[in-house]
Amino acid sequence: MSAVVFARHAMTPAERLRDAGWVAFVGLILGVPLIGLTTVDVGGRLGVETRFGLLAAFVAAAFAGRLALRWGIDHMRNRKLAREQASTTTAAQRAHGAQRLVNIVGWVALGASIALPIVYSDNRYVVDTATTVLIYVMLGWGLNVVVGLAGLLDLGYVAFYAVGAYSYALLSTQYGWGFWEALPVSGALAASFGILLGYPILRLRGDYLAIVTLGFGEIIRVILVNWTEFSGGPNGISSIPRPSFFGLEFTRRPAEGEQTFAGFFGLDFSAMHRLIFLYYLILVLALLTHVFVSRLRKLPVGRAWEALREDEIACQAMGMNTTNIKLSAFAIGAMLGGFAGVFFAARQGFISPESFTFTESAIILAIVVLGGMGSQMGVVLAATLLVLIPEFGRNFSEYRMLLFGAAMVLIMVWKPGGLLSHREPTVRLQATGAAASDKEGAR
Amino acid sequence: MAYALQQLINGLTLGAMYGLIAIGYTMVYGIIGMINFAHGDIFMVSAFIAITAFTILAAADVTSIPLALTFVLIVSIFFTSAYGWAVERTAYRPLRGSTRLAPLISAIGMSIFLQNTVQLTQGARVKPIPPVLEGGIVLWDNPTFTVQIGWSQLLIIVTTVILMTGFTWMITQTPFGRQQRACEQDRTMASLLGVNVDRTISYTFMLGAALAAVAGVMVTVYYGVVDFFIGFLAGIKAFTAAVLGGIGSLPGAMLGGLLIGLIESFWAAYLWAEYKDVATFSILCLVLMLRPSGLLGRPEVEKV
Repeated sequence: MSAVVFARHAMTPAERLRDAGWVAFVGLILGVPLIGLTTVDVGGRLGVETRFGLLAAFVAAAFAGRLALRWGIDHMRNRKLAREQASTTTAAQRAHGAQRLVNIVGWVALGASIALPIVYSDNRYVVDTATTVLIYVMLGWGLNVVVGLAGLLDLGYVAFYAVGAYSYALLSTQYGWGFWEALPVSGALAASFGILLGYPILRLRGDYLAIVTLGFGEIIRVILVNWTEFSGGPNGISSIPRPSFFGLEFTRRPAEGEQTFAGFFGLDFSAMHRLIFLYYLILVLALLTHVFVSRLRKLPVGRAWEALREDEIACQAMGMNTTNIKLSAFAIGAMLGGFAGVFFAARQGFISPESFTFTESAIILAIVVLGGMGSQMGVVLAATLLVLIPEFGRNFSEYRMLLFGAAMVLIMVWKPGGLLSHREPTVRLQATGAAASDKEGAR
Repeated sequence: MAYALQQLINGLTLGAMYGLIAIGYTMVYGIIGMINFAHGDIFMVSAFIAITAFTILAAADVTSIPLALTFVLIVSIFFTSAYGWAVERTAYRPLRGSTRLAPLISAIGMSIFLQNTVQLTQGARVKPIPPVLEGGIVLWDNPTFTVQIGWSQLLIIVTTVILMTGFTWMITQTPFGRQQRACEQDRTMASLLGVNVDRTISYTFMLGAALAAVAGVMVTVYYGVVDFFIGFLAGIKAFTAAVLGGIGSLPGAMLGGLLIGLIESFWAAYLWAEYKDVATFSILCLVLMLRPSGLLGRPEVEKV
């Protein structure tokens, strides 16, 4: 069915005003109960307070904003149309060019992220924020396996993050395990939780899957809050040991018979050493994740994930074992989430169920979807954006989450496929004999 | 025995409210196949509107309870439907026809946005109002335990029954109901036959929001406290109810709501109160594993 395109007639100024007036009217109706009126505590009882000045400002802003937006959209559309008519390149060529640009940006970003702590070696805030971005990048890449590649919508990803964080916290505080010993064990534990969750719900379709995973995330959180003997309840677990640099601690004074990092390298002690070390640690973990996932995509299992995302019934008809494919996606995604959790616990030194709420899952999912599902660079871009939006909003801190929610809606409406929505095929059909061997491998 | 009876009454009350919210989910899912994640927050907005309306009435010295309730219901339904309409128009309509995940993300963003709007404009603190309806009918005066159905509980159950009857009539008998069901079955075909699909979807959202508004007023009357976070859990439980009953099925949503309410009350009364959310979700998982189309839902046939 071919789409019918109607030519848009240019709007007259009167139409624009009517359109904006209509929006302002809706804004007035929506604004009256929440902005125009509010209840305040007056001597133990509630009293009503009116804010009609604010309401008038809101309605005026809605009117002006709609006028500007409408005009901007029309303007952009005309320019895009003119450009498309003028340009002679094909869509495929443009996509190829975009892909090359993304690759170049990727290498530049890698260079910048390696150089960042050297440039900002005395700026604690920048390094800290960059570390947070990288944690989200890693989580995004982990969830990308489940959502972006295998097409399984997971709204409870934070559960695996929590499993990783709590298993490191418990192993280190109760049994004295080190970071490097606990890392693989916690990852394996998170992966087995992934299989545990994945197994019973494999038969479910997309949206049911979403809601069950959401429920699973909440169950884990409720258990962490209420099972006080095990997890410390709402107080969480504190004084989790920090990772060391091959046995060298980042402390001012060495422990009995040990050496500190600063002492070993003959440096003056600085609290920044640990932050920079943590930054590089998560950078290495994230890059390993990236290489791991990129490699997996080229293996049979990775191709099977993408096939499953495109058409499950066709996969079954081809004789693929969908159970194993889904489970492997769940397990690997969960394992990567678990690694990120271990790092999170080691970095914070303190964890509580507060850090593992549904909002966190929503943010990670938003990173994957906003970035363009399945796109590794898109995840980086979206993670940077979503961490930095609240950070820039810190000056007017009560508006951060408001901006965050609005940004999620706006980016989706603007680019429903995500920021980097172009999808490069993992396997190309070639005329040479290589294609035959490729197909062999894809099974 | 008396204790169990009391829990039954509490559970039915809770379930009626979940059912009212669940209908909004199930209708939207039926017609455009998306989880309207912001629906729980629409419910929360309506509770805040109810709080404001009750406070205005108290300031104006209105003492007649039926009059006050009618006024609050009308005000709350009006403004909440406007919110339902606006949410659909801004966050979902531009995304119609795109990938399945895009509207879901947009909905999650909308939910965060609404929560924070309310937190900013109305304050983050819990809002209490003096009890609107006190007392009730004593059903069974046991020496150890008195079984009582509160006026507010009675109000909730009766209102829900009336609304459900009216709603069923509307969906099955009126032209709008026919259009709604037609869009649910096949949107393209319905539009070819002259049904205004966009308008029907808008009305569906408004209707869902109106039912959520009734639930919001009821919650305000029943508990007397509201905060900006109540939408999340209520929303998830109502969605669970919709899935339990079979998503897309209206009687299923009501049945699911009642079951979730009853399970929650009895679990909290006889087992561990702090794990009552776990109970809801475990039951959801069990139902989906054993009967993925829900209790009253039609099993979906996938055609290739």
